[in-house]
Amino acid sequence: MDIQTLTPDEEILWEYGLVVINKTIVFTWVVMLAMIVFSWLITRKLSTGPEISRWQNLLEMTIEYVRSQIREMVPRDPDAYLAFIATLFLFIGISNVLAVVPGFIPPTGSLSTTAALALCVFLAVPLYGIASRGVLGYLRRYIQPTVVMLPFNIIGELSRTLALAVRLFGNVMSAAKVAAIIVGVVPLLFPVALNLLGLLTGVIQAYIFAVLAMVYIASATRVQQQSQPNEEENT
Amino acid sequence: MTNDVLIGLISIFTAGITIAIGSIGPALGEGRALAEALRSIAQQPDESGTITRTLFVGLAMVESTAIYCFVVSMILIFANPFWNQYVA
Repeated sequence: MDIQTLTPDEEILWEYGLVVINKTIVFTWVVMLAMIVFSWLITRKLSTGPEISRWQNLLEMTIEYVRSQIREMVPRDPDAYLAFIATLFLFIGISNVLAVVPGFIPPTGSLSTTAALALCVFLAVPLYGIASRGVLGYLRRYIQPTVVMLPFNIIGELSRTLALAVRLFGNVMSAAKVAAIIVGVVPLLFPVALNLLGLLTGVIQAYIFAVLAMVYIASATRVQQQSQPNEEENT
Repeated sequence: MTNDVLIGLISIFTAGITIAIGSIGPALGEGRALAEALRSIAQQPDESGTITRTLFVGLAMVESTAIYCFVVSMILIFANPFWNQYVA
């Protein structure tokens, strides 16, 4: 990303009528393709014996890590949430890590991508909540502890979705922007340090996005009898 | 002073002020969080893994308020809606 453009949305590669292909879409496809091909190649020859390939080991480690993280938050079988949460984590993480490849612009550095991901979380919360507690049980959550809290609960639901989208966008975009500015000022060695910091922030942001999504879903699916403290965060 | 000069002037000034004021709070908060985390690690070195992980997550959450200010100032400079309306 150069210093003039705010998001990769503005860099249009191909346009025909209403169909506009910009760099965000193309790089999203690149990440998707990379993930699909990679997983397909590895899962083609899986083994259950004592000797497993190192790539299978990598995938198993990743999945087991996500599972253990989910298990810390919900006292239930983590596999119900595994597909959604792990997809969010891996997509955001791989996009952010690939940002060090020259020419690659992370699709998460565009507000459209992050808004779409946050909308997925926004929709997944009632879906999981209704699936585990029923429609009435889920809706009762909004009038707890009293009916007075109804507007605040709704506002909180909306504002945390916005915060989720803007946080990820701002972090990835600012890393690219600051790197572009530093290249203009001190082109030697300093951008390397900043890119390292960007890698760290990118992985942490992917982790935070997945953890927050899981916290929101867990707070919606929590059974009422367990009177645990409310962990909802509306940052 | 014509309109475009006025819009440009106020936008750039506000962008600077936004990020300047908006980074004070998170900076103080992150400093406090880091100090507390270091103290906890000094008291319980065995738990340093958990403390560090929670610290990173907490720092990123605190930092997001500064990031919001950054996004607003970037929008004021690069994607200013008033400016676009005036130019178009």
